[in-house]
Amino acid sequence: MAQSAAGSIAQPVTVLVIPLRDWMPWALFGGLLMLLLIYFVGAEQGATSLLQGRAVHEFVHDSRHLLGFPCH
Amino acid sequence: MLVGLVAGLLVFAFARCAGEPQVDRAIAFEAGAGQARDEAPEPEMVSRKIQRGIGLLTGVVVYGAALGGIFGLVFAYARGRLSVARPRVLAAWLAAIGFVTLVLAPSLKYPANPPAVGNPETIGVRTGAYFFLIAISILASTLAVKVGRRLSGTFGTWYATLLAALFYVLVVGLCGHFLPTMDEVPANFPASLLWKFRIASWETQAVLWGSLGLLFGWLTERAEGMATTHAKG
Repeated sequence: MAQSAAGSIAQPVTVLVIPLRDWMPWALFGGLLMLLLIYFVGAEQGATSLLQGRAVHEFVHDSRHLLGFPCH
Repeated sequence: MLVGLVAGLLVFAFARCAGEPQVDRAIAFEAGAGQARDEAPEPEMVSRKIQRGIGLLTGVVVYGAALGGIFGLVFAYARGRLSVARPRVLAAWLAAIGFVTLVLAPSLKYPANPPAVGNPETIGVRTGAYFFLIAISILASTLAVKVGRRLSGTFGTWYATLLAALFYVLVVGLCGHFLPTMDEVPANFPASLLWKFRIASWETQAVLWGSLGLLFGWLTERAEGMATTHAKG
């Protein structure tokens, strides 16, 4: 009874807070993966090289310039 | 409670997966316009033109997807911690802060350079300084948010936000002042072209962050609406 009465009026919004313990593994793994991706777009074969040659650099060349990364 | 928790995680996962393709499409739009401007200073090697089309698309899409992923993580953390505002308001605020922190502030010191600008020998220094400034900027804005929240009890939200912004500007401005200045624009390089390129670079980033923030908020609200409906039914 009390519940149906409560349902008819506007209830305050409860915001679900995700506990840090649940958030941390996602943040660590996802964050690292995303940073690696950004590194490959932004800096690989520019200042530092993990791979030989200039293929990665040339391939993402234009986006690197336009997104504002330092480039050759 | 546990179900709510899982639902919350799913909501964010959904928003992340569904938000990014939209964002990427918006980026692909912008990429075409930027490429047209970008081609001008480097007219040689026509054979690479097609590859650049795809290459640009790939680079921007990967960058956008990665930013979207990090954005989702930050949003998941900030939700209910920093603000209990509606998801779309929070997402828009986070995107605005992200744009200023990661794009605007670093580019004021180290603006985007078109091809043909920049000495290849200093790439190491430039890249290092650029990422260092971004790191400082991230640190400063994180601290500024913390400072702002602490002060909001004493000064109220408005003045606390202003003070936090001032704190951010001071820290980044001071650190930026001591980083090396790079000016390697060739003497005969057309000024209008440089200006256009840098504006285009800002516009690209603005489109990226704008669509990221707005779409993320919209999809999160929609998904949460659906989740509530399912839970009730």
